Amino acid sequence: MERAPSPRERAPASAAPDGLRVAPAPGAARNTAAAPDLTLPGIPFDMRNHRCNRLFPCGIALLMTLLTAASLHAADLKSALKKVASDERGTLMEGIETLGTLGDPDALPVLEALRDDTLRVAPGGKLYILSPDGKRASEVGTGRSAPADSLKLEEPPINNAVRKSIDSSIAQLQLFSRNPEQRLSAARELANRATPDDAPKVRAALARETEAAVKHILQATLARLDLSSSDRTVRLNAVRTLGETGDIQRMNDLQQLTAVKPDGAFAEPDREIRAAAAAAMKSIQLRQTIISLGGDLLYGLSLGSVLLLVALGLAITFGLMGIINMAHGEMLMLGAYTTYVVQNIVQKTLPAYFNWYVLLALPAAFAVCGVAGIVLERAILRFLYNRPLESLLATWGISLALIQSVRQIFGAANVTVANPAWLSGGYAVYADLVLPYNRIFIVLLGAIVVTLVWLLLQHTSLGLQVRAVTQNRAIASTMGIRTAQVDMWTFALGSGIAGIGGVALSQLGNVGPELGQSYIVDSFMVVVLGGVGKIAGTVVGAMGLGIVAKYLEPLSDAVLGKIILLVFIILFIQRRPQGLFALKGRAVEN
Amino acid sequence: MRYGLERLVSLHGLRGWIAVLGIALVGMVAIPVLNAAVPAGSWLHLPDFVVPLLGKFLCYGIVALAMDLIWGYAGILSLGHGVFFALGGYCMGMYLMRAIGREGVYRSDLPDFMVFLDWKELPWFWHGFDRFWYALPMVLIVPTALAYVFGFFAFRSRIKGVYFSIITQALTYALMLFFFRNNTGLGGNNGLTDFKRLLGYDLHEQSTRVALYLISAGTLLLAYLACRFIVTSRAGRILMAIRDAEERMMFSGYNPLDYKLAAWTFSALLCGIAGALYVPQVGIINPSELQTSNSIEMAIWVAVGGRGTLVGPILGAFIVNGAKSYLTVAYPEAWLFILGAVFIGVTLFLPKGLLGIGGPFAALKRLAGRRARAAGAPQAAERPAARSRSHVGSER
Repeated sequence: MERAPSPRERAPASAAPDGLRVAPAPGAARNTAAAPDLTLPGIPFDMRNHRCNRLFPCGIALLMTLLTAASLHAADLKSALKKVASDERGTLMEGIETLGTLGDPDALPVLEALRDDTLRVAPGGKLYILSPDGKRASEVGTGRSAPADSLKLEEPPINNAVRKSIDSSIAQLQLFSRNPEQRLSAARELANRATPDDAPKVRAALARETEAAVKHILQATLARLDLSSSDRTVRLNAVRTLGETGDIQRMNDLQQLTAVKPDGAFAEPDREIRAAAAAAMKSIQLRQTIISLGGDLLYGLSLGSVLLLVALGLAITFGLMGIINMAHGEMLMLGAYTTYVVQNIVQKTLPAYFNWYVLLALPAAFAVCGVAGIVLERAILRFLYNRPLESLLATWGISLALIQSVRQIFGAANVTVANPAWLSGGYAVYADLVLPYNRIFIVLLGAIVVTLVWLLLQHTSLGLQVRAVTQNRAIASTMGIRTAQVDMWTFALGSGIAGIGGVALSQLGNVGPELGQSYIVDSFMVVVLGGVGKIAGTVVGAMGLGIVAKYLEPLSDAVLGKIILLVFIILFIQRRPQGLFALKGRAVEN
Repeated sequence: MRYGLERLVSLHGLRGWIAVLGIALVGMVAIPVLNAAVPAGSWLHLPDFVVPLLGKFLCYGIVALAMDLIWGYAGILSLGHGVFFALGGYCMGMYLMRAIGREGVYRSDLPDFMVFLDWKELPWFWHGFDRFWYALPMVLIVPTALAYVFGFFAFRSRIKGVYFSIITQALTYALMLFFFRNNTGLGGNNGLTDFKRLLGYDLHEQSTRVALYLISAGTLLLAYLACRFIVTSRAGRILMAIRDAEERMMFSGYNPLDYKLAAWTFSALLCGIAGALYVPQVGIINPSELQTSNSIEMAIWVAVGGRGTLVGPILGAFIVNGAKSYLTVAYPEAWLFILGAVFIGVTLFLPKGLLGIGGPFAALKRLAGRRARAAGAPQAAERPAARSRSHVGSER
């Protein structure tokens, strides 16, 4: 069952505010070629920075031009900063606005300090930024740091009007920020807010933009602004661009173009533009369909991978011993709680390696659940192999006890397992098709585990024995295979795989004592659908169920989708009672 | 084959009948008298709240009988009997909901939850439920129809054993989700509640409660006799033979589908009736009755009492639910551990349930034992040779 994505699934990690770091010399150092390296600490050196002072092997003429432009620009920046240092409110606002229009990301820390009320003015018009604890202040431009008390610092005269202009200048500057995440969010913000006055700025930002996702948004924004142009060709090109960028948010603007006014005339007089708008709307719709299909495919695959990790163990043990383990879902839950514990331990003891706790949780969960599986099998299940129906009840009892134990230890409330940095956020195929890394991780994890299990079953002696016992227990036993041992290890393996599934699930949402319950029915269905004894059946069953469930959701709703699936499965086993991939030959002999 | 009164009498021996009628007498006469006629101060007085509680247990007893018929005698472990129970309950609940009339919180013709959801008119499937003579047959028809259709497809494709169990569980799960939706039109999460009266009798009156209790007790007795009739009949013996060796019965010319389907459908019918009796006594029906855990608990009543004995499961339903009523209040944390231990312990150490051990249950055991001898030993299913038994392979 698919859970609603929790907020941390969706939101990419907010970018570290690089701009806040006070750089050595944004303004002053820029004037001479001999100035120290301009690259800000923590910010990658960037080709886009046309004021760069490093000697690239480029023509001297070009260098000269650049230098001239840079020094002109730097002069502007300097004078604007001087204005900011003024105690006159009007001059201050003027300076702030100039900083915004200059578009120099180096001014961003100053504005942000102004917003956060950490900017101070020293006598003589020097600007200082207070450290977070307020004890030291570093000079804007040089980065020299001094104790705040020794400087006779004054607060700039800020009121609400000033704050407003700070915010708008920051928004403008963020378009030029060195941090792509910041540019992306600034561009997104601007997309709906921009007025025709902003067009030059958007154009300037677009010219400098290197990041495809940001570029895409800026193009769409610009095209939207151009729609109201009086020039026919500009409008036509804008409509075409909108169609190409395929942003669903622009549907409304296009619809307005094709609309008919109350007096019967078209809102857009030009026939060609109307036709282009209609075509653009069609292409937007098509693109949206593709995007949602693509996104759903990944969601379906990741749901399928979780199901696969659960059902793999179920199918193997069911094929081997003919019993269904109702406590199998609780192995999933145990694995997720193991992840939680590992997370907490790593956070306490090795905070530097916190990002990699998931990799530690995988073997830990496998081991914990594997051992739990062995205990379960040796203590209870082996006495019930002849009585499959009753083993079902006994394992249900085990699952109740496990759930209650976890409740007693960790509490009945959900616990949160954090995504490490490399699993949060997502890969943006398009601006509006972001594939979350945690889901990609789960799909990969599923693929790796299946491969390993396949290798184990096909190319090791344990695998050979498992297959032999699955096919015919009595004959395998007479051939000298210790069936009890095989049972035990297989059970441990199946439980351990479910534990790995638990690690995967913990990356998708909250972890609670009843986590396993919501997956167990679905994974039983995978076993029914896929048949037992063949990994391929389980893979196809799990992926099929995951993807079909995801695609059925929008058609009806999730619940009706489930019911349809169940009906389908019942009808399906009318035709293939053994599942998709039945074992042939000796297995079915009676 | 004998018919009529003679056949009825033949259901039990003399001592069996004395036991059955004795228990029925205690249940149907002594308990109402102790509640109503004995003055409230007396130590013999039965508090008012006990009557609907016992009435609830009686309904569970009917369910346990239904489970035993299908599990103990046909070897089919259903994890979906909660569905039939809830369907019967919802049919009765819909009638009770309509019987509230305009006395709901919103003083509307529509049930309160529909007003709350801003619905303007009654959904189509609610029509008719304002009449008892329509609701009553629905209580019987709806669960039976679902059971028949589901059973037909399941048994026809010879789904057996664990497979059947998990498919019924999936059915329960899907229906639970379905009933949880507000759009389904059956009260969603909160279900149907705040009932006022049944056929004009106030449900909060003690006399109505005692009457409902008596009806439940009578129904349980009739259901027991009906199940007893079935398992002592020729069809019952065929059913048990199918349980023990389905292939062999097929080669002997019997069609297992017919027998299984009949037992399955009758079992669902009993569950529906139990649900319909249950709802006015507890005053609410909601989708939590459809939780998969509820249906599995029904199986444990049967296992605790002893499968294939009919008497045992009723006893098991009373013991487990009595313990549940007490322990979930007294030791809420421990209850799931205890229930889990019961599940494990009974399957490991008491495969024949309480009636399988001697001591205080000897009399009941004798009662069941006589039937067992008459009807073929149910213990056959438990023989350790099962691993090599012929039909195990096809179960997998």
